[in-house]
Amino acid sequence: MALTFFRGIKTCPLVHYPSAYFARKNGFFYCTTGSTETQFATQEKQQSGDSKVVPKTYRKSPDKLLKDYEAIIGIETHVQLNTSTKAFCGCPYSYGAQPNTSICPVCMGLPGALPVLNSKVVEYAVKLGLALNCKLSMDSKFDRKQYFYPDLPKAYQISQFDVPIAIGGYIDIDLPVEFGGGHRKFGITRVHMEEDAGKLLHTGTGNYSQVDLNRAGVPLLEIVSEPDMRTGIEAAEYAAELQRVVRYLGVSNGNMQEGSLRCDVNISIRPIGQQEFGTKVEIKNLNSFSSVSRAIDFEISRQVQLHSQGQADQIVQETRLWEEGAQKTITMRKKEGLSDYRYFPEPDIPGVTLSEEYVDGIRSSLPELPEIKRRRYENMGLSMQDVLFLANDINVAEFFDATIANAADVKLAANWIMGDIAAYMKNEKLSISEIKLTPLELGELIASIKGGTISGKIGKEILFELMAKGGTVQGLIKEKDLVQIVDRSEIEKMVDKVLADNPEQLKQYRGGKTKLQGYFAGQVMKASKGKANPKLLNQILLEKLNTET
Amino acid sequence: MLSSIQNPRLLRLSTLHQIPLRCLQTSTTPVPTPSSPQPTSQILRIRKSLLSRETTAVEIAKTFLSRLRRTEPQLKSFLYVSPEDGVLKQAEEIDRRIQNNEELGPLAGVLAGVKDNICTSDMPSTAGSKILENYTPPYDATAVKKLRENGAIIVGKTNLDEFGMGSTTEASGYQVTANPWDLSRVPGGSSGGSAAAVSAQQCAVSLGTDTGGSVRQPASFCGVVGLKPTYGRVSRYGLVAYASSLDVIGCLGSSVADTGIVLQAVSGHDKFDATSSKQGIPNFASQFIPKDYLDSKPLKGLRVGVIRETLVDGVDPDVISSLQRSVSHLEDLGCTISEVSFPSFSLGLPAYYILASSESSSNLARYDGVRFGNQVFADELSTLYGDSRAEGFGSEVKLRILMGTYALSAGYYDAYYKRAQQVRTLVQKSFRAALEENDVLISPAAPSVAYKIGEKKNDPLAMYAGDIMTVNVNLAGLPALVLPCGFVEEGSSVLPVGLQMIGAAFDEESLLKIGHIFEQTLQGLLELL
Repeated sequence: MALTFFRGIKTCPLVHYPSAYFARKNGFFYCTTGSTETQFATQEKQQSGDSKVVPKTYRKSPDKLLKDYEAIIGIETHVQLNTSTKAFCGCPYSYGAQPNTSICPVCMGLPGALPVLNSKVVEYAVKLGLALNCKLSMDSKFDRKQYFYPDLPKAYQISQFDVPIAIGGYIDIDLPVEFGGGHRKFGITRVHMEEDAGKLLHTGTGNYSQVDLNRAGVPLLEIVSEPDMRTGIEAAEYAAELQRVVRYLGVSNGNMQEGSLRCDVNISIRPIGQQEFGTKVEIKNLNSFSSVSRAIDFEISRQVQLHSQGQADQIVQETRLWEEGAQKTITMRKKEGLSDYRYFPEPDIPGVTLSEEYVDGIRSSLPELPEIKRRRYENMGLSMQDVLFLANDINVAEFFDATIANAADVKLAANWIMGDIAAYMKNEKLSISEIKLTPLELGELIASIKGGTISGKIGKEILFELMAKGGTVQGLIKEKDLVQIVDRSEIEKMVDKVLADNPEQLKQYRGGKTKLQGYFAGQVMKASKGKANPKLLNQILLEKLNTET
Repeated sequence: MLSSIQNPRLLRLSTLHQIPLRCLQTSTTPVPTPSSPQPTSQILRIRKSLLSRETTAVEIAKTFLSRLRRTEPQLKSFLYVSPEDGVLKQAEEIDRRIQNNEELGPLAGVLAGVKDNICTSDMPSTAGSKILENYTPPYDATAVKKLRENGAIIVGKTNLDEFGMGSTTEASGYQVTANPWDLSRVPGGSSGGSAAAVSAQQCAVSLGTDTGGSVRQPASFCGVVGLKPTYGRVSRYGLVAYASSLDVIGCLGSSVADTGIVLQAVSGHDKFDATSSKQGIPNFASQFIPKDYLDSKPLKGLRVGVIRETLVDGVDPDVISSLQRSVSHLEDLGCTISEVSFPSFSLGLPAYYILASSESSSNLARYDGVRFGNQVFADELSTLYGDSRAEGFGSEVKLRILMGTYALSAGYYDAYYKRAQQVRTLVQKSFRAALEENDVLISPAAPSVAYKIGEKKNDPLAMYAGDIMTVNVNLAGLPALVLPCGFVEEGSSVLPVGLQMIGAAFDEESLLKIGHIFEQTLQGLLELL
């Protein structure tokens, strides 16, 4: 591959920011927009310092002023599909591979090479279209979107223009409890298939740039929302729900840091009551849900401030970049009218025709989607907080579902997963599929505690052993002789011994220092190696402490 | 005027074999060979002589190569000629296989020329453009791969109008090819190099490409047979795109049978071309019945429609009379002739130029100087694009890119591109209707015989008008065969006239059968006159 030497390329430093910052100011990110995967767990800790960064203007803008305006927000999302090969050739794609190691004449756009559609792309598009409640176009087609840029080898992107594969759907979300909760339904304008471009690698000196075409031709689905969102939180939740949906469907890893899920936000404001829309501004470089939320909040206050100061004309149609460091948006390029992409039907790819059988087949293979799952969990009597946590990550949800499938107590299973298990995953930087504990054993553990075979305390010990090393609850109980002592006489013996061994304390207790009961209980529990049934122990202890007076 | 020559094609062949090329300009008395008056399949002849050990593949290759060397300085049909040792090595391998009685591909020992807009991994593929100067692709086009698999030896890359845009080879970025019948005349285009090379027997057969007539019109001008298959019959993978929805790889040969045998070799679905058809491929060779086995009315019952709109003002009277004589000949062969009216016929030309230009403006956008080909050093990205393209493209290409870009622009799309697509649908419907009532349609292949080099160079509209006979066929995606049907005396030159036969989609079989019989019985026609 040629190194390309040209100076002065006007580039957008998109996707070059190393990673998204994760502000902890919104606890909800933990339960919904974050994942229970490692990256999240670690970042949350690191970035907690950022939580106090509040956009300057935001602070200046009195809430009163903001209340006079409403923001109109729409989002264009690009989701990179995890098909084993690219959209139009047989090259595999793996993020982070050596530049130009996964390319061929087709994705390099060499003369004479032709695109051949990967049928998986259609399948995934139909999946997402159905999951987003869209109407499918049974006869759709591809078009060429034409523009020159060095990362676009053919100088046109194969995309869909006037007949996208899916149109007119919606997505349901539940706002986090911390933000007042509530259910929202946002419209989906369209879903269409297209190919990704390559990447430009800029040298430090700026004398030349290099082109990496590994990503060129990787399949994307572009999802365009209706301008239905009004706040940064709503927008971030919309994006998070999309991520959940693509992960549930298994069509993409939805990873924002790697650029597998990219959001461009369109935003305008208008005084409440006004019918016409304000001037639309596009924001790019949003690498996390929290940056989506914060960038929008910043942009709303920027626009409101301009508008309220009679400078509405300074809100111009442009593309702005979110600067994570400065926590503000800056102008990237002003739009000089509407760019003309000279779309026309792609003559190299025949039309895409879907049959009813094909669509029905895909429909029947769809997994339970996040919204349905949440409603089911809610009906089980779980709190919204629990519901959002469990349904957030498909792997966690599947773990939970498998646990309760073994007739485990729903509430207990939720608590274990959200409590000790989540904490362990966070500390060890593991995902739920990486820990050694199986849902079957968690169910067993819950049942053993509930049935009184082991105490809760021992259950906790076993849990850590199960997560770290695996094994079965029964095996561990047997191996370590952990069965709870429920034999009254056995406990009585131990109580008697402890009382006999501590005459001084007994005297003090009987002299009125009744809080020594805890001391005695601890001693007995210690003597039983933690196996004594605590309820029974306390009952017997109290009896003995008091009756012998 | 039809010349007095009984079978001019024999003259051409014998002349080139024996007399220096310039003698063509002062046509001498022909030396017909009575034993073999009709064009016969060179491919079959080569195969027969190889299998009978009459000659060797090396001998055959040497004969072609020496003729190529002798004629090339005047003809300039090739942009690249394979090194002799490489060609001979491939021929030796074929001889070795014959010695060992190993299986031979149907094209074993056949020297083939390949139009330079078809990718070859071992030879430059410039598409006749300076922007791809010295560019050698990393892969073989599917058609080239199939030629090789069938035993053909690629002798070189033939000249063309840049990216196939032109009708004379004058728009080549490198050289102008001369017409072997008259060196002062154009060979037609854009596959002018491929047609001239076969006509002058620099190679036995060649591949061309046909977007609006680029195989058929040069076949007509050079007096060879040109076959444009149905769109989708031959994979386009490795064909440097001009207008993707119209481009087809076609075959040129000195007999109908040769084009059929080459078509057989290169046809078929290709997983690398989504527009290639899965339609079954018949055995085309079974159509080539020797003349002696034909009865008196071999085409009895065949319905032939003559497209009325192709025999009107603006068409050379000599061409019209040649066509009329062909019609009588077909009648003699037993065909039923009727006239077909084609009201949308003249709309095809502007529609074609809008669609082809639009697609080309997109297809040629990738030549931006960034990844391959000509790159001009520049300080700014836009300058790099602009300068590389300004320097690399010729004026005809620029003209069409501009037209296409304009036609696709917002605000003009509906008026141009969309309307042209509507015309295309209309043309398709007209053909379908006409081909329901007729087995084949016939017309001249071009409104004139070969014209002088430079004659239409500064009059693009006149040159575009020359495509009137052929473009509709591309819009409809149908197969068409062009073969010599007569000769015209122009001053001291004798120039061939081509007859075009248009068939139903994927019915190359009928075209080859009719064309073969027509060709084998042509002598009778000429004798009559």
